[in-house]
Amino acid sequence: MKISATRADKLATVVFQFSAWLSVVVLAGIFTLLLYNGFKAFDRIRPQEFFLGYTWNPSGYSAPHYGVLSLLGSTLLVTCGAMVIAIPLGIGTAAYLSESAPPRVYQILKPVIELFAGIPSVALGFIGITILSPVLAHVFGLSNGLIALNGAILLALMALPTIITVSEDAIRAVPKTFREASFAVGATRETTLWRVTLPAAMSGIITAVMLGFGRALGETMTVLMATGNALAFPGGFFEPVRTMTAAIAIELGETAQHTTHYYALFAVGALLFAISLLVNILSETIARRFRYSQS
Amino acid sequence: MRWLFLCAVLVFLLCCFVFWDIASKGFGVVSLEFLLTSPRKGMTEGGIFPAIVGTIYVSLVTAVFVIPFGVATAIYLSEYARDTWVTRLIRAAIRNLAGVPSIIYGLFGVAIFVDGLGMGPSLLASGLTLGLLTLPYVVAAGEEALRHVPGSYREGALALGATHWQSIRTVVLPVATPGIVTGVLLGLSRAAGETAPILFTGVAFYLRYVPSSVWDEFMALPYHLFILATQHHAIHQVRPLAYGTALVLLGFVFSLNLMAFWVRKKYSVYGQQ
Repeated sequence: MKISATRADKLATVVFQFSAWLSVVVLAGIFTLLLYNGFKAFDRIRPQEFFLGYTWNPSGYSAPHYGVLSLLGSTLLVTCGAMVIAIPLGIGTAAYLSESAPPRVYQILKPVIELFAGIPSVALGFIGITILSPVLAHVFGLSNGLIALNGAILLALMALPTIITVSEDAIRAVPKTFREASFAVGATRETTLWRVTLPAAMSGIITAVMLGFGRALGETMTVLMATGNALAFPGGFFEPVRTMTAAIAIELGETAQHTTHYYALFAVGALLFAISLLVNILSETIARRFRYSQS
Repeated sequence: MRWLFLCAVLVFLLCCFVFWDIASKGFGVVSLEFLLTSPRKGMTEGGIFPAIVGTIYVSLVTAVFVIPFGVATAIYLSEYARDTWVTRLIRAAIRNLAGVPSIIYGLFGVAIFVDGLGMGPSLLASGLTLGLLTLPYVVAAGEEALRHVPGSYREGALALGATHWQSIRTVVLPVATPGIVTGVLLGLSRAAGETAPILFTGVAFYLRYVPSSVWDEFMALPYHLFILATQHHAIHQVRPLAYGTALVLLGFVFSLNLMAFWVRKKYSVYGQQ
């Protein structure tokens, strides 16, 4: 028997609404699961040790240490280093693409950057090992180029397409009249860019930077391959480091289920998840606030 | 304004250098034999056939999961949802899911699919994990595509007596299909290149046979590259094979990307880009 049109209509509504809820369920699921498993870690590790400990050494011979600060420090070091490189380069490129690139140049640059956004992180990590590591070792006279700086450069490359694309859209969205008004009072193109166009596009640029930051923060394979994965607390850009993502990726595979170490890695995951959520929410809030203050 | 130009040139050169390095060093390695045979002698010789097949299979599982759910969610958000707290909650969830690190999806996949639902490490568990990862992209692209269908089309269908669902199925969806396909292809290209989410949910170091069901473990191109680059006992000896694998991986991911761009260009209507 054929279903009547009205019944099909009702059925469709229910099915679609059900699907839409899936995303909420998944996000809530990830949240609960990480918290649930992460909290189990605190049955066996004191929270002070986890949050304030400098040593992450779960397979320590005498006593295992689960101090997340060295992982967190490594993550922040590599990510912030990446941002130092990617923010000026990204905004500069975005401004060039939207303000002064001739159409011909634009048609070459834009697709290359778009394509680069799709490069798998494992391929970049591979480049970090084969190309960047020997170069860094040579330039800085180190025995080994698998260091925090290597990861920072690669993460900058990963974050660049995001930062460029989103900032370009933001700069492009600034009304033409703003620039014309600025030219009309005698400002140069340089001054107009700095004093008018970029400030007007600020909400979008901040969103772009936050998105890039979030992307770099959660990146696993590149840092896993390129930063050397030493367990010590990070001593700077020229030392090998192990980030939170890399710790989970390396250690979860060699950890028996339902051990302290297993739950500790979920706790690390929960912390990482919380930070990336925070970055997301912050970027949305900042973008919204800037938009209001302008109008 | 010169420094803007310098930034752009630097970025361009960096991107091109990465492409060129992989392409030039991988090109000599990739042959029909490399593509169609299994690794031999502890992966120091032979090809990457099982990894290619594994990546295709896991992408298919991902697609089977993400297309219905992603498109249905997009239809709901664009065609049904009113601006209520429920809708805002759903949108917020999707936006935040897009920012969740891929390794977190891996943890989730282990806990839910591998252990919780007892799937074990398998194609199915990995495919579902990657499906969740790509869901926000497919939803966003689908919604965008649906939004570009002019309202008059829907009104026309409704005026002829079609129900809401009939108007979506016969008028709105066909027009939005190219945009949706673009989004799905881009999502899948991302899924195919991911390593972290499949690390613990089903990818294997080395298998002699290609998987015969969704319950089997599988080899995958990104993980194979990772192994050849870092975990192999003779890393320098297998470096050419690693470059070959990297080139094939890039080729796979980029052909999905280019297909997406092509669909977008070919079928773009109403000023959709």
